[in-house]
Parts: sequence; C-alpha cells; structure tokens
Amino acid sequence: MPEATSNSVFSWHRLLVWLLVGVCMTSTLSAQQRVIPLDKLQSGLDFSGAEVQSLQADEFANPGNIALDTGNKLWSKPDGKSNKSCQSCHGDISRMKGISVRYPAVDKASKKLFNLEDRISQCRTKNQKASEWPYESDELLAVSLAVTATSRGMPLQAQIEGAAKSHFENGQRIFMTRQGQMNLACTNCHDQHYARKLYTDPLSQGQPNGYPLYRLDWQRMASLERRLRFCYTGVRAEIPPWGHSDMRDISLYLMWRGQGLPVETPAVRK
Amino acid sequence: MSSARLQIPPRITQGDVFKIRLLVNHPMDSGFLRDIDGVLIQRNVIRHLVCTLNGKEVFRVEPTTGVSANPLFEFYLRATESGGMLFRWVDDKAYIGELRHNLVVEAANTSKPSGN
Repeated sequence: MPEATSNSVFSWHRLLVWLLVGVCMTSTLSAQQRVIPLDKLQSGLDFSGAEVQSLQADEFANPGNIALDTGNKLWSKPDGKSNKSCQSCHGDISRMKGISVRYPAVDKASKKLFNLEDRISQCRTKNQKASEWPYESDELLAVSLAVTATSRGMPLQAQIEGAAKSHFENGQRIFMTRQGQMNLACTNCHDQHYARKLYTDPLSQGQPNGYPLYRLDWQRMASLERRLRFCYTGVRAEIPPWGHSDMRDISLYLMWRGQGLPVETPAVRK
Repeated sequence: MSSARLQIPPRITQGDVFKIRLLVNHPMDSGFLRDIDGVLIQRNVIRHLVCTLNGKEVFRVEPTTGVSANPLFEFYLRATESGGMLFRWVDDKAYIGELRHNLVVEAANTSKPSGN
C-alpha cells in the first residue's frame, strides 16, 4: 500500500486495481505452479525409518517380491477363451519397461482415464477373453507390480496436456479442496506439514512412485487407489466406489506432482 | 497357495556355520482381526515349520499368532554333510507347504597350494 502523505489523494481507482491484482494472484493454481518444487521432492522412503528402508532394499526379504514372482509367472500363463498369455502378444515382460511411468493415461477408445490396473483388466477381458480380476485382487496386483517393476529406477513422466488436461485439473482441484469430517485437504498435510508428526509417524509428501507396494499395516500388496481411499477414511470423508474417476484424476495429479521421482516398486511402507 | 523363497550361501565348506533365510508366503491371520464388514477373520497361522537334512530334523519353529504375515525365518546350521534338505510347514487349515533344496557341502582344505 503506498504510504499516505499529505500531498497524496486516496484513489478508489488505484485501490480497485490493487484488489484485482490480488484476486488474480490468489486464484486457482495454474498447471505450471508447484507447491513443492521439483528439487524438494522426496520419496516416501525418506520418511519410513531405517528398518523399512533396509527391508525394501533387501532383494530377498522384501515381502513385495513374493507378489513379483507371482506376477512374472502370471505374465506367461495362458488364460481365457483365447488361451493366450500376456507374453503371447506383448512378448517378454522386460519389454514393458517405460510403460508404467506414463500412467494414468487416457484410453483413446472410451475417453476415460485409465490407471495401469484398468489397462490390464481391459486387456484381460477384451483381448485375452478371460474373466475379470476384481479390484485389489492378488492376481491383478501381482501383474501390475510385475509390469511396474520393469520400470524400476525410471523417473515418473505424467502426460497432463491434451485429453488428460481436464483430468489433471480435476485431480489438482480435489487435492486442494478440504473435505470430510476433519475438513482437511490433501495439501494441508502433504504439502504444508510433511516431515512433521501425525500421531507418532512422520508425514510423507504422499508421493506415488512406490506403488504397487507392500504395506506392513495391511500385510499385503496395495495399489495407489486403495491407499487414496484409505486417505479418505483418514479425513472421515465418504469414500467413492472402486473404479471412480476421481481416484484416477488424483493419481494423475500425483504423478505430475512427483515428476522425476524414480520408480521404487515394490516399495515397503508402514 | 503358499510359496516360499530360500536363501543359502552359494559355497559352503565343511565345518562352516552358515545362515539360512526362508521367506514363507502365508497370511498368518491371528484370529483377532475383523475385516471391513466387521466379520472376524478366522485364525490361520503356521503351526510348525521343520527343516530336515537327510531325514534328520535340524531346525524347528512353532510361530503361533505372534508372528505377522509372510514371516521371514533366519537360522544357522553347521555344515557337516551334503544331502537333501526339506522345509515343511503345516498351518491351522492343515495345508502343508514344502520346499526342497539340494545342499552341497564342499570338503575342507580342497585346494591348498603346495609348498615352497
């Protein structure tokens, strides 16, 4: 505010201009604005403690590797009326490297945003002519894990332009909106208070680079969708049904938000 | 389906004490937890896990409900003989899991360089 001197005259016009500038600056975040800058991104591993870190690094004892073995076996197992395996069409699973880091992505046919599990399910029912694997089933998680693990070490590279733009913006909006009985937005904890304690555990930034991962709390493999639904439980918000587009929109936003973080699948988290 | 992963040192010499790690894929439901609908998840834990070498028991553990899912068992054996190792575990549903390994123990002092 310009300092009032005896010579200046209070101007309604100038006040209006400043108010307008202020409103423009506080309006919705544009796609280019990051709350956590790229060089400050941290994987959830940094907040997990030494025991979990050593368990994730243990090639033998990482419990996620059980599902990884299963997923690799399922990749080459013929199934369905087609009697084909994933390998029949896609070849060796190592050819899936670089695929998972592009997900969630818009499916051209249905125009819906697909996460990797959706893509696998569709391939299974449409191309393999096999029965559908339910959400969060052992088989679906195992194959999703096996495909994602081929990209281990690669940076997340979400595509948010074009057909994905509206999904990205919806995901960003949800991330920034308070909800639930606790009236908290994702950003309140994971942007504004990460590294501080929630009860006894440090809050992470909520990054998606480890999924699907082995969650010690649930003693099994978990998808990003399951974890996001659990966050809804945490703020006492009504959980959308499985397969809801909001979950995929949030996932897309998270992939952009965590751009550059390396894939750690199978990660281990508490 | 209960599978397992086994880790044993690649080369074992006679007389060595070596570490065996066994990761067993098992839900180890304690019987105290309830699922999302409030229904009690029935107890199903490994009752005992036995390791035999050439038919002789060399290791035994009875985990009960205190051990969580997908347990990792680490134990030490002294290498005395080569032979067939059998890991066998039984759970509350009377499901038997098995893993076999062919243990090779090299004789000590095999390749000592000759004198001056």
